[in-house]
Amino acid sequence: MNARPQTATKGAIRIQNVDKVYFAHEGAVQAVSDCSLDIRAGEICMIVGPSGCGKTTLLNAIAGFHDITGGAIYLDGEMLCGPDKPKAEPGPDRVVVFQNGALFPWKTNLDNVAFGPVMQGKMRKAHANQKARGLMADAGLSGVEHNYPGEISSGMRRRVEIVRALMNDPKVLLLDEPFRALDSLTKSVMHEALLEIYYNNKVTIFFITHDLEEAIFLGHRVAIMTTRPCKPKKILEVDIPHPRNYSVLTSPRFRSLMEETVSAVHEEAVKAFEAGEKEM
Amino acid sequence: MSVVAAALTRRPAKPVQWFFGNQFVRAVIALAVFVAFWELAARLNWPWIGQAPAPSAVLDAWLPLLNDKGYWYSWYQSSRRVLSGFLAAMIIGIPFGLAMATSRVFHDISFPVFEILRPIPPLAWVPAAIIFWPTQELSIGFVIFLGAIFTIMLNVIGGARSIDVRFFQAARSMGSSHWDIFRRIILPGVLPSIIVGCEVGIGITWNVVVAAEMISGGGGAIQSAAGGGLGFFIWSSYIGFSYPLIVVGMISIGIAGYISSAIIRRLGVLVTPWLRLR
Amino acid sequence: MANGLRATSAGEIGAWTMFMYRFSKSLKSPTPYLMLVGFALFFGAWFLLSEVFRVWRFASLPGPRQVLIEWFNPNPVYGMSLYTPDYYMHVWMSLRRVLYAFVISTGLGVPFGLFLGWSKNFREFTFPVFETLRPIPVLAWVPLAIVMFKGDETPVIFLTALASFYATALNTMLGVQSIDPSYPRAAACLGASRWQIFRHIIIPGALPFIFTGLQISVGVAWFSLVAAEMVSGEYGLGYLINSSYVNVQYPVIIIGMMSVGIVGYASSALVRLAGDYLMQWRVRELALGGGR
Repeated sequence: MNARPQTATKGAIRIQNVDKVYFAHEGAVQAVSDCSLDIRAGEICMIVGPSGCGKTTLLNAIAGFHDITGGAIYLDGEMLCGPDKPKAEPGPDRVVVFQNGALFPWKTNLDNVAFGPVMQGKMRKAHANQKARGLMADAGLSGVEHNYPGEISSGMRRRVEIVRALMNDPKVLLLDEPFRALDSLTKSVMHEALLEIYYNNKVTIFFITHDLEEAIFLGHRVAIMTTRPCKPKKILEVDIPHPRNYSVLTSPRFRSLMEETVSAVHEEAVKAFEAGEKEM
Repeated sequence: MSVVAAALTRRPAKPVQWFFGNQFVRAVIALAVFVAFWELAARLNWPWIGQAPAPSAVLDAWLPLLNDKGYWYSWYQSSRRVLSGFLAAMIIGIPFGLAMATSRVFHDISFPVFEILRPIPPLAWVPAAIIFWPTQELSIGFVIFLGAIFTIMLNVIGGARSIDVRFFQAARSMGSSHWDIFRRIILPGVLPSIIVGCEVGIGITWNVVVAAEMISGGGGAIQSAAGGGLGFFIWSSYIGFSYPLIVVGMISIGIAGYISSAIIRRLGVLVTPWLRLR
Repeated sequence: MANGLRATSAGEIGAWTMFMYRFSKSLKSPTPYLMLVGFALFFGAWFLLSEVFRVWRFASLPGPRQVLIEWFNPNPVYGMSLYTPDYYMHVWMSLRRVLYAFVISTGLGVPFGLFLGWSKNFREFTFPVFETLRPIPVLAWVPLAIVMFKGDETPVIFLTALASFYATALNTMLGVQSIDPSYPRAAACLGASRWQIFRHIIIPGALPFIFTGLQISVGVAWFSLVAAEMVSGEYGLGYLINSSYVNVQYPVIIIGMMSVGIVGYASSALVRLAGDYLMQWRVRELALGGGR
């Protein structure tokens, strides 16, 4: 089990002085302001902040769904978006797993998983299906290949979506609060499942959450963001060794890491609450 | 906030690009192209669209009419029929629909009958209505009533069903009586669907009014000199070979129909202020 | 699977199984019995008012017994019943026109609606013309259609197709606009080109709305057809209703009305079934209690 990310060489993201202003009907809103963050290749980087603070905007900029109004973002040295090119192109090197799930309901799970390589023309359908079956079996999903997403549980749907992303050998996996809609029991199982998948695939993970415990449990580093406009407030190095399992939650080191950071998070949460910001 | 200022002043480089990208400009261009194409087709005597009277002829025929009292009286007559038939449909349809939505028993008894009557197009009722009702106005009114009522009722039922059940639960837990729940949960909850039903219903109503007025002028089921209205205007223009006037009538009805839909939408917004931008 | 639904080993629920399940469920509720009560009240009232007590204007209306006797009469008094070939000719004429109109309006309306929803450019240049023509009631087009399209059949089919086209195009556009934006975004992440997104995401995603629109469009088609036939047709159920009034053959009016209702309902149901067949994923999702 190769846990530490030293051997990963791709998927380093550099966010450099990024600004994002967007126009809502009440006027201009600054979602992100002078945000800089370095994400190392192969690490799990958790982004924590109150709802509506702009973390999703950052993810959307990396993924290529929105443009940025200032600064630049680099992936492995290449510019994704910047002053001359405000919007990145979405692509299979940075696949997103969405908050409310985006498995295509009209395709079977197998077709969903095989979707990426087939669309890109990288593999023939039969070959893609074979690889898809293999990956699904690794993730404990054999047996539901021919079901539709609407027929399986939400936890399984998340796993299918993650496997669908991994089929494309992405450099970065962008996760936008993927477990938010799950109950905490399913969530705890999903955490271990995600780590297991991570240990088998060297991929950088950019994971947005509002749950500090989840962040410290999963991440190599945790970046705590200020409320809108979004900017890193404090970056925590989580030095609990991988591979981790749920016993970590009650370890003393975990507790002390929580103590270090919980006040910072709480402070931002109170600010956001008082500002009465609607969810972005 | 210089970043904000910079972002706000950011604009596409060429003003031409901005002009042709503007939504309103595009609409004007589209309509102009359409009218130009139509005029060209008429002049060149193309089949189908070229056989229709040219826009220039339509305009020529329309301008003198704007002073004609008879023309505006037709407007009044059609509008009157639409209004009375539609109001009747609302007065009966909304309570009926609410009853069907709230009482399971009432729903199970009436819905099947409702469903077998619904596929019968309103105009198919015309002869039966004439046999039954003593005057022609009443029979037209009845047919208009039928046209609108099915849509309204369907929307009322659908709207009532889609009210989140938790609203009822919350109200009950706060001690509301049945009447309270009806007045404060069901009525407001159904209002948006009623408005949508009315918007669709008014379109159907105009269709029925126009057809009834045309039939009264065209022979067939209804034979009478009394009648009039914009539908009758169109039909008599056709019989009298004044083809540009046909198009004048069509556009007039289109405008009248648009105005009535806009009025309903405006009333709808007034009545449901909570639906305005979140 | 819960509640007595059995799935095959491949996890598929056949259409027949679904049907039997729903049917058996409905028999156990009071609903079908109340339905019979409703029918009894309606037909009973009609019968009593028109044939037995002959109340006020109801006396001139044909009663249900009269109509049914005529309809099922091998030798009908007015020449129209289930046994006369003329009857089926009228039904077929109307059905044929609706069929042509529906095919035309769907073939034009669905792609038009898809592009309206998908491409901002297309929409901003085309929608204004569409929306300007839409308030004109379809039946107001009757005289113009007769002037534009020579012949008997073409104007009628044009009118019917026009009405259906509006309904189809509008609902299709709505369908495209209602697709959760996460889906095309996910597809873009996974490397799909714009055309692939259109084919694999937009079209299947809009399908539920498209089929709702098609059901509405069939209803609208019958509405317009009957009106057009009453004003300007030869043959067809609308014409039949009108002419039987003129020729004082009142029971045939009701026969005509009922026939239109039945055929109209059947065509709507057919469209719905086609939709259920094409959208197996949605049927199953709804059966398991999920979905919107």
